[in-house]
Amino acid sequence: MNKCTERLYNGIIKENPTLVLMLGMCPTLAVTTSAFNGLGMGLSTTVVLTMSNMIIAALRKLIPDKVRMPAFIVVVASFVTIVDLLIQGFLPTLNEALGIYIPLIVVNCIILGRAEAYASKNPVLPSIFDGLGMGLGFTLALTAIGLIREILGAGTAFGFRIMPEAYEPFSIFIMAPGAFFILALLTAIQNKLKLKSATNGDAPATEPLACGGDCASCHGYVCASNRELLERIADEQAALKASAKAVAKNAFPEGGAAVSMAAAENGAGKQNNDAADDGKGGAKA
Amino acid sequence: MKAMILLLIGAAFVNNAVLSQFLGICPFLGVSKRTNTAVGMGTAVIFVVTAASAVTYPIHAFILVPLGLGYMDTIVFIAVIASLVQLVEMVLKKFIPSLYKALGVYLPLITTNCCVLGAALLNVQNDYNFLESVINGLGTSVGFCISIVILAGIRERIEDNDIPHVLKGSPILLITAGLMAIAFCGFAGIL
Repeated sequence: MNKCTERLYNGIIKENPTLVLMLGMCPTLAVTTSAFNGLGMGLSTTVVLTMSNMIIAALRKLIPDKVRMPAFIVVVASFVTIVDLLIQGFLPTLNEALGIYIPLIVVNCIILGRAEAYASKNPVLPSIFDGLGMGLGFTLALTAIGLIREILGAGTAFGFRIMPEAYEPFSIFIMAPGAFFILALLTAIQNKLKLKSATNGDAPATEPLACGGDCASCHGYVCASNRELLERIADEQAALKASAKAVAKNAFPEGGAAVSMAAAENGAGKQNNDAADDGKGGAKA
Repeated sequence: MKAMILLLIGAAFVNNAVLSQFLGICPFLGVSKRTNTAVGMGTAVIFVVTAASAVTYPIHAFILVPLGLGYMDTIVFIAVIASLVQLVEMVLKKFIPSLYKALGVYLPLITTNCCVLGAALLNVQNDYNFLESVINGLGTSVGFCISIVILAGIRERIEDNDIPHVLKGSPILLITAGLMAIAFCGFAGIL
């Protein structure tokens, strides 16, 4: 369970998809005209993300590597259709407000990004929690941005008037340009405080972000290139470790051998654990 | 005829894909560093969106609706668009190598551009006929092309200027996009 709570923390705070990874900018800008719309969009995305992560993790050994992208897209599109129909049926007002952006969840980079970076390599249960964490992080960020825009642009919060009568709302903030300005403000604050974020080149990069984290040169095709990037980084780190080990071995032949043997044992133990986790997840699914 | 021209202008300027509907923000911010790459991306988008509108309309009207499968739109459209992009790439490579050289790099990036799926879904939602669908697709993508080229031009000028450190990078880019969005709001008056 520890791994699951770690996934939740990772999605909501450490690698928040909107505020840190800067993924899924289209819905972030388009639907945050009010806090309620942001919440609705966030929750719909959370449902799709959790379900698609679950199915993709369960099928990860059956899907051939070459056709994984089309396979992921079909899984995601099916869940988006289900969510779309449910919202049309039970929440007509939300459906009117979000309109075309509900079916467009299919092309949200967060969902394919998580499928590619996490669910296609990990067991079912952690993948579910990964989707839940990322989805809740997205929901939180969208609701917060929506709340700020609604308070500034209409003087209300979740539809209730909270600013005094004399307050003249800046209606530009609930129109299209306001979305850009609020996001500009947000990224400027991140630059100022040197927070870790995909758009902030100055921030100290301790470890690679899930999406590779290079927004400036991302063309909306993060997933494929990120896989290569992350694998290259992993390879480099493995090579570095191996060379360090070789040096240690040369310097202290016996001690080095003992260390590498211990490391190998650790690795084997970890693999067993993963396999056990996998079995459990599979049984639950 | 007049209605068609109004539809074209409405899709390109009044309901601009990027600046008022927020479709295709990723390439808008990502591929706008240089004017010539922006022109390449914009042209590729015009090509694909118009073709996708022309292809998805018959699939929706003559296959999905008669079979009562209207709810499958999203799944079918995304699959069709992904294969269409592949097909366009292969055809261009074989028959028009010069055009392929200019657009080739941008084509694979377009599959995940929400502009394409968005235009196809809007055509269905608004019950456009075949001609209207194609014109709406053309207008949407021309709007995308215009805004990305303008942004690239502004970015090239900004680079040489002295910007406060805090605003360097994406903040100034987003502020520029916001000011452009205000300008495009003005087009709402012409229709």
